[in-house]
Amino acid sequence: MKYIDEFRNKRIAEKILNEIKKIKIERVNLMEVCGTHTVAIFKSGIRNLFPKNINLISGPGCPVCVTSQSDIDQMISLVRNKNVIIATFGDMVKVPGTTSSLEKEHAKGSNIRIVYSASDALEIAKLKKDKKIIFLAVGFETTSPSVASVIEDAKKEKIDNFSIYCNHKLIPPAMKAILEAKELNLNGFICPGHVSTIIGSRAYEFIARDYRIPCVISGFEPTDILESILMLLRQISQKKAEVQIQYRRAVKPEGNKLAQRILKRVFEIDDADWRGLGIIKKSGYRLNKKYQEFDAKYKFKIKEKKSEEAKGCLCGQVLRGTRNPNQCKLFGKKCTPENPYGPCMVSSEGTCSAWYKYNQ
Amino acid sequence: MKKEARILLSHGGGGKLAHQLIRELIIPNFSNPILNRLDDSAVFNLKGRLAFTCDSFVVKPLFFRGGDIGRLAVFGTVNDLAVMGAKPVYLSVGFIIEEGLEIKILEKIIRSMKRAAEISQVRIACGDLKVVEKNSADQIFINTNGIGVIESEVEITSSNAKGEDKIIINGFIGDHATAVMSARGDYKLKTPIRSDCAPLNEMIQKILKVCKNIHVMRDPTRGGVATTLNEIAISSNVEIEIYEDRLPIREEVKGFCEILGVDPLYMANEGKVIIFAPPKESEKILRVMQRHPLGRNASIIGRVTKKSKHPKVLIRTRIGSLRILDMLSGEQLPRIC
Repeated sequence: MKYIDEFRNKRIAEKILNEIKKIKIERVNLMEVCGTHTVAIFKSGIRNLFPKNINLISGPGCPVCVTSQSDIDQMISLVRNKNVIIATFGDMVKVPGTTSSLEKEHAKGSNIRIVYSASDALEIAKLKKDKKIIFLAVGFETTSPSVASVIEDAKKEKIDNFSIYCNHKLIPPAMKAILEAKELNLNGFICPGHVSTIIGSRAYEFIARDYRIPCVISGFEPTDILESILMLLRQISQKKAEVQIQYRRAVKPEGNKLAQRILKRVFEIDDADWRGLGIIKKSGYRLNKKYQEFDAKYKFKIKEKKSEEAKGCLCGQVLRGTRNPNQCKLFGKKCTPENPYGPCMVSSEGTCSAWYKYNQ
Repeated sequence: MKKEARILLSHGGGGKLAHQLIRELIIPNFSNPILNRLDDSAVFNLKGRLAFTCDSFVVKPLFFRGGDIGRLAVFGTVNDLAVMGAKPVYLSVGFIIEEGLEIKILEKIIRSMKRAAEISQVRIACGDLKVVEKNSADQIFINTNGIGVIESEVEITSSNAKGEDKIIINGFIGDHATAVMSARGDYKLKTPIRSDCAPLNEMIQKILKVCKNIHVMRDPTRGGVATTLNEIAISSNVEIEIYEDRLPIREEVKGFCEILGVDPLYMANEGKVIIFAPPKESEKILRVMQRHPLGRNASIIGRVTKKSKHPKVLIRTRIGSLRILDMLSGEQLPRIC
């Protein structure tokens, strides 16, 4: 089986769209909570094929975008430590801090390396014994198990010049925060596929039960997303609220137990600061006591400092789903991928970047 | 010259070592009557309309599946001339070398350039070599200029796309960038894909023999097919529609791009040409391409839909929707050519 073409098949897509059009329903607001879904929706042009009563809203699903301004500034300030190499995912490099960015610091001569995983960063630490390597650990439940596993390796192999700036976040508490804020009249969630491979479908049951909002865990190809939307509409029209898995080729109700065990061994749950959503209780990870020596905040004695977001930038509202990117005065004029004001325009999974690229 | 030797600053100093390098490495490989005089300029006669172009090559790594920096430096400039309808005749070559480069690496590159020049039937008429201190350059950079003669009456320019034009490409896209990116090893992803790096002049001359009415011809290198199409749309003030399901892309390249989250439409090609021509001519062009080794997988990938004051490129997606296909923007790609 080819894993790309079958899921982009026009005939299958048309069949699902016909089923969608058959469902008589009032205006519905559906939120996708994953940046990869946002990009897939725009790239395949799904929005243009729908009846007008279906409104898709992008949520806080891009890990770079939800990183708070304070954390961005702290990460940039790490370059001022002596003999430091910052290892980071590429998207992070261009995110503007209050006065600088990693890209600008790199141009001034700071040692900043783009890596594709935490294990690449650990490799640098093994090779450069005279340097201190700090990996900027951003990401949701999809990324955190692999980071946890690298931390275990670092401890086992006694690699003491390696640490992480831990900024891992959890998706279900953010979904809860959006519902609690009551700013949107949401009728359903398209739940993230890869996060759910780790946490399982049970993690969303409280949303269906307590808030009566249907949830469907979706794959990433166009027909996956169309089918998930159809499943949501069916639930809504039948006044049901359940957690369903469309992405059955990857997601199980219980999730990935092995990954969950690694997470438990290395991290503990903590409050976390989200751009746009503020501090959400129990929505992030920090390294537990046993692994504290790998925590850059502890190792470099970083003091919490609150920073302000750029004036006029609506990234916060865009992440909450209360504004569309084109409602921001900076969008496409002052703020472009070449000269971004906020992280949603920087990250390849950011909502503003997707609107700019595919939907001008 | 000892094979284990390295390039020293004095190799670029114009003195004895420089002369030895030219005599033992450059002349034996690039030899031709114009170059061999070693005068300050190459002197020659050319008749007709001329095309003149310039390109620099900074690819990392220097060697990759299907090519190397030397091949790229020759074919890249040959192709820039060829897509203007010109027959490439002479190249100049400038080397900027980092002190400490192994001479056997330089020799390998020069031999590759010699073969590339032979394949594409151009002569290297003049050249230069400079050496910079360690860490002032990354191993070797090459600059080439090229002169070509436009023999036929063709008038090819980016601003000449017309309503109804069909858009043709001579084969698979994204191969070059995939080959280079996997050779870098940064991604720990290995692919069997070879760069498409090839001289297009022979195939293009064959096309020009059967079809004089080509409106636009471009090679989609950096920025890929999407960026080239946007440049043409802007220069010609037209709207373009391309069909996602007709884009020739290898399965391996699709997989590679999916994993890394990059789009083949923005990936560099080094042996591809995009042609805009009226519908009747486009079938003829397609047939010539498909008979040529560099065009076996040629395909009509789109059309010009209308003249427009708001030029843009749209893509008809596989599932039947229509969306903007923008220029490459804000993306980080390593040095690929």
